[in-house]
Amino acid sequence: MGMAAVDPATRPTLVRMGLTPVRALGLGLLALAYLVAIPLYFAASNYILSVIINATLLSFISLGVWLTFAIGRINISQGAYTLIGGYATAILSTRYGVSFWLCLPLSGLIAAACGALVGAAILRLRGVYFAMITLSLTEAVRLAFLNGGDFTRGAGGIVGIPRPGAISVFGITLVPAFAGADSLSFYYLGAALLILGLLVIWRIHTSRLGWVFRSMRQNEDLAESIGINVAKYRILAYAVCCAFGGMGGAFFAAYLQNIYPSTYSVTDSVYFMLYCFLGGLDFIFGAVAGAFLLVISFELLHDLQQYQALIYGLVMISFILWLPNGILSLSIRRAGRAEDEEVEVPPVGPGAEKEAAE
Amino acid sequence: MEQIIVNGVVLAANYALIALGLTLIFGIMGFLNFAHGQMYMIGGFVVYYVYAIFGLNYFVALVACALTLFVIGVLFERLFFRRVLRIATREENSMLLAVGTALLLENMALTMFGEKQHGVPPIVTGVYRIFGAYLPASRLLVLVISLALIVALLLFVQYTKPGRAMRAVAQDKEVSYLMGVDVARISALGFGIGAALAGLAGGLLITISAINSGIGTAVSIKAFIMIMIGGAGVVAGAILGGVVLGFAEAIGYALFPGSITYLLIFIAMILFLIIRPQGIMGKPWG
Repeated sequence: MGMAAVDPATRPTLVRMGLTPVRALGLGLLALAYLVAIPLYFAASNYILSVIINATLLSFISLGVWLTFAIGRINISQGAYTLIGGYATAILSTRYGVSFWLCLPLSGLIAAACGALVGAAILRLRGVYFAMITLSLTEAVRLAFLNGGDFTRGAGGIVGIPRPGAISVFGITLVPAFAGADSLSFYYLGAALLILGLLVIWRIHTSRLGWVFRSMRQNEDLAESIGINVAKYRILAYAVCCAFGGMGGAFFAAYLQNIYPSTYSVTDSVYFMLYCFLGGLDFIFGAVAGAFLLVISFELLHDLQQYQALIYGLVMISFILWLPNGILSLSIRRAGRAEDEEVEVPPVGPGAEKEAAE
Repeated sequence: MEQIIVNGVVLAANYALIALGLTLIFGIMGFLNFAHGQMYMIGGFVVYYVYAIFGLNYFVALVACALTLFVIGVLFERLFFRRVLRIATREENSMLLAVGTALLLENMALTMFGEKQHGVPPIVTGVYRIFGAYLPASRLLVLVISLALIVALLLFVQYTKPGRAMRAVAQDKEVSYLMGVDVARISALGFGIGAALAGLAGGLLITISAINSGIGTAVSIKAFIMIMIGGAGVVAGAILGGVVLGFAEAIGYALFPGSITYLLIFIAMILFLIIRPQGIMGKPWG
């Protein structure tokens, strides 16, 4: 990318979508380490696996928030939808005996439906107003589950959520049932979710829809004036974000086997947003980089005992001061101007893609 | 009924103080001070140490609390926000720093003060009776000091030279530069005063209800509700928001058990913002 001399139309599609050979090689090595090296090397250490499972799922949930940043909204409500997804799985599986493999997509759908409904109302707000209302929403949803009576069992939460069972087709077991202390199955399930999520986000980001979203971030009124149905697209982005939250909540419900109204609070919503910020809002991998960095550095500071939280806070502030545009903005600095131009948003609109192809 | 009104008035005055500080910072600097609730918490702890532990006069403690938070506010502006606002490529990135400072203050408080609840012995004792409602003297004291501070702030912003400069910066930064306003200094001053107001609110309310290191987020949420209702960046809106939330809380706690009050407040607020997204007095998309 960034080679202005090459006509965009003559480049292979994948390259046009941002996948240069160098990047593909890097991604391949990363995937190899993540999918083969780490699980094999640390197979005996449930602690290390659980830290990475945690980082994986937090990345997955934050990917949704990243998408709402793409339309220019500061979204601090992801904790609410994670809670909704978690409760959906908890209630469906403990009370109606629904299999986890059905609960997972259902939780995503339920969270997305709630998101579309709420989003239709609150997405009219912008800037700090949207940030504040979504933050309040997280607290409101927590209170709703706390006061949900028999349906949500109040502060006692729902415990004893079953682990995912086996998947069999015609008597052949495709996925064995998740055993008690087996972190590896959850590791691979989380990894599958994250990779799937990244592919979805990458596909959206590089398609026409991605341009529409970015045009809305730059100027929503202008986007509307050139015929983009802004109200529809912002609800779509928000609903997709909520689906990520809901599925992440479903995973954690089955992984931890319990859920309480306090499982996801405003602090969690804030962290989901922070991961995106720290990684970099302009990069698809931003949310993932931010989540892995913060989760792993917090664990590394574990030996500091009572000073863990303090040092963690100082480390975070230093990062923010050093790289306010995200850790991945380092790559832009290194690559210099050519890459900078790539980050700029070219002309957008329904006809933009056609123009680019001509 | 009278009791609800009396409780509402005391809450409203104190909440208005919190909202005023937040709206001041938002108006001048253009970002949301996420650490507002944490500043409130630190203010409470300063009063706790100076008054309850060192045994000094309560008013000395309040002054110490205002000064401490003023210094924190100025330092934040100087060391953190000035740099990040300059080099951030996206407007939202200032939000990242605001959240970062909130987490930093909270983690510092957790390390220094622990997780326990801290309260202070009453400053004044006795109970007044007004139209059948009881008003403890301690609450009356909070009310009087809060009102005095609000009036002092309004006079300062309206009639003094730095106050006028603050309003000018809030209205238009570039033009203020051209008119010879030292924008950097006024921003630091505004941040300091906003932080001091949050701290004073904490220092006042600790005499009524105990605080702990984790109280910040809850206070910030209340502050956000107030400026959403009133309109962000508008001084009169902040006071109005404080009055609305103070009375809503007083009425709610009298009628419903526990956390239902805030659930209803949130629902009402979301419905209200659908009709009027910029709050009662705010300008659209401020």
